[in-house]
Amino acid sequence: MTTTSIKVIETPLVLFTLRRADDAVILGHRLSEWCGHAPTMEEDMALANMGLDLLGQARSLYSYAAETEDGGHDEDDLAYLRDAPQFQNLLLLEQPNGDFAVTIVRQFLYAAYVDPWWRAMMASTDPTLAAIAAKAEKETAYHLRHAAEWLIRLGDGTAESHRRAQEALDQLWPYVGEMFEPGDEAGLVAAGIAADPAALRPAFDATVASVLDQATLRPPASAWAQRGGRQGRHSEHLGFLLAEMQHLQRSHPGAMW
Amino acid sequence: MTEQRTPLWEVFIRSRNGLAHKHAGSVHAADAEMALQAARDVYTRRGEGLSLWVVPSDAITASDPADKGMLFEPTSSKIYRHPTFYKVPDDVGHM
Amino acid sequence: MYTQALNTSGSASRLEVRSDEDPERMARFQARIDAEDRIEANDWMPEAYRRTLIRQISQHAHSEIVGQLPEGRWLTRAPSLRRKAALLAKVQDECGHGLYLYAAAETLGISREDLTEQLLSGRAKYSSIFNYPALTWADIGAIGWLVDGAAIMNQIPLCRCSYGPYARAMVRVCKEESFHQRQGYEIMLTLCRGTPEQKAMAQDALNRWWWPAMMMFGPPDSQSQHSDTSMAWKIKRFTNDELRQRFVDAMVPQARILGIEVPDLDLAWDEATQHFSFGVIDWEEFRQVLAGNGPCNRERLTDRNEAHADGAWVREAALAHAEKRRARKIAA
Repeated sequence: MTTTSIKVIETPLVLFTLRRADDAVILGHRLSEWCGHAPTMEEDMALANMGLDLLGQARSLYSYAAETEDGGHDEDDLAYLRDAPQFQNLLLLEQPNGDFAVTIVRQFLYAAYVDPWWRAMMASTDPTLAAIAAKAEKETAYHLRHAAEWLIRLGDGTAESHRRAQEALDQLWPYVGEMFEPGDEAGLVAAGIAADPAALRPAFDATVASVLDQATLRPPASAWAQRGGRQGRHSEHLGFLLAEMQHLQRSHPGAMW
Repeated sequence: MTEQRTPLWEVFIRSRNGLAHKHAGSVHAADAEMALQAARDVYTRRGEGLSLWVVPSDAITASDPADKGMLFEPTSSKIYRHPTFYKVPDDVGHM
Repeated sequence: MYTQALNTSGSASRLEVRSDEDPERMARFQARIDAEDRIEANDWMPEAYRRTLIRQISQHAHSEIVGQLPEGRWLTRAPSLRRKAALLAKVQDECGHGLYLYAAAETLGISREDLTEQLLSGRAKYSSIFNYPALTWADIGAIGWLVDGAAIMNQIPLCRCSYGPYARAMVRVCKEESFHQRQGYEIMLTLCRGTPEQKAMAQDALNRWWWPAMMMFGPPDSQSQHSDTSMAWKIKRFTNDELRQRFVDAMVPQARILGIEVPDLDLAWDEATQHFSFGVIDWEEFRQVLAGNGPCNRERLTDRNEAHADGAWVREAALAHAEKRRARKIAA
């Protein structure tokens, strides 16, 4: 019995692009789980909007990865026919939605990192990536604003919302470090194709400090970072997410949808 | 316990530069910033707008429909306020 | 997505014109309606008109909100990124439509909180169609094609409803919904032109959704007692049977293009009437689903109740924060 999984020829540029596509699809998928269940109807709309932005980013990035790989794959092959160890998204993004505080903190931490990152990517020497960045940056700038405003309200709302926001922050903080590690992408950074994430840490720290201060939340003390997402070593959650997401493509090999 | 009410806001959208803001609908939000974001997320998903206003619904003072006669009907006889009231020969051209 | 099935069924929806309304005002009101004038929020209106509208608009809104749930089940399993994005945009639209409609109902003097409470407590009705399960991906196609197709038949005339805020909300709803049915039909078409398993999936979905979709238009005109007033007030412009017939006439040729069978042995083209004639609808099933005994009534209401309860602390936090800001502003 053969597997339905594909093998991707992972050149540095393919891998770099796939990682960001994986980030976007996994977080977009998580946000879609909220649909119909948000705390208010207005927020149901907002979460779906952010999810749609991310799915759009994922499609552009997977398409570019497929084109760069030139192995006969398309965006759906890359999203639906790779196994969990081939996914190289950030661990933060596969964490379950939890309560609304967890979702907002996850969105805030990611947007505070990725919005400046996309802005830096607009200067990429790779014109396709620079074009994707120009579109994505506008989207993530709004995600950052939306999540930050909510975090301020949750932190500085009621005693219960403050407790939940602080718990969410403490729970997700260990996943921050991974976002800023250069990993094996130093070559692409040197070539001006990729932005250097380490250089973006001060901007991230400043954003976080300012928002947490307004939210009356305590910055987590621990600097310990969970890592592994960029090498395909995930938390237990990703396997379930992909089993659900990929099941139709896997059970009807080759079918068109 | 009955739930505390979240305020209602009226949303106005400028669809193109040069046009006035036009009423689009309403949202509920606890404060102005959240109302603005809600208006963006609800009413501008298909490129409908370039600018948004949100106004607390209870800040609007409306005329009473019962006063319609008194307020609006007296103008209907003032036809001299309209250009078509005045006769100008055709050869004067557009005026 | 919604149809008028609820407006005319059950004693809860009984429409009684109060005898103590001033007949002169009633006559003036009717004259405005007859002249195709629109009634606005602050205008005088008969209490029965107000109550009918609150009930109909809120049932419509509830239907949109509960309608998010069956399709929402498939967001995480949509089989391609394109389908996933389209479905998320569609289900998001349903939420938006619920929001516009609650706002239209609020102009009649009832709060969103009260309307929500009516839904969650089970006192208010919503479209019975959403109490059926979405079992396969083809159901997403069938819902878009048949259920949105049925809904649009009803919703387009509502754009000319005599109550201004409802009519305006419906204009926006119909504009946005124009892609929903096409989205569903495209899914069905792709399945029907796909593998034998996919085509079987599409046929199975049509088999399960056809009759519930037919029921969306409500009981036959012969049994519906109260549509006369709604018609006179131009809240409703076509009868249940008229809309159902239009639906059948539109859908049968579309099913033929798909190459799948409408599950009705009595379905036949009638040369004399230039319409399709069709079989007998199981109205007992309709009554049972409306009474709470459909396959998913309990799941749907539990789902909404849990989401509402889980969000309570968030709504409280937003209000508490707004209050703190106000206090700080005053202190400063």
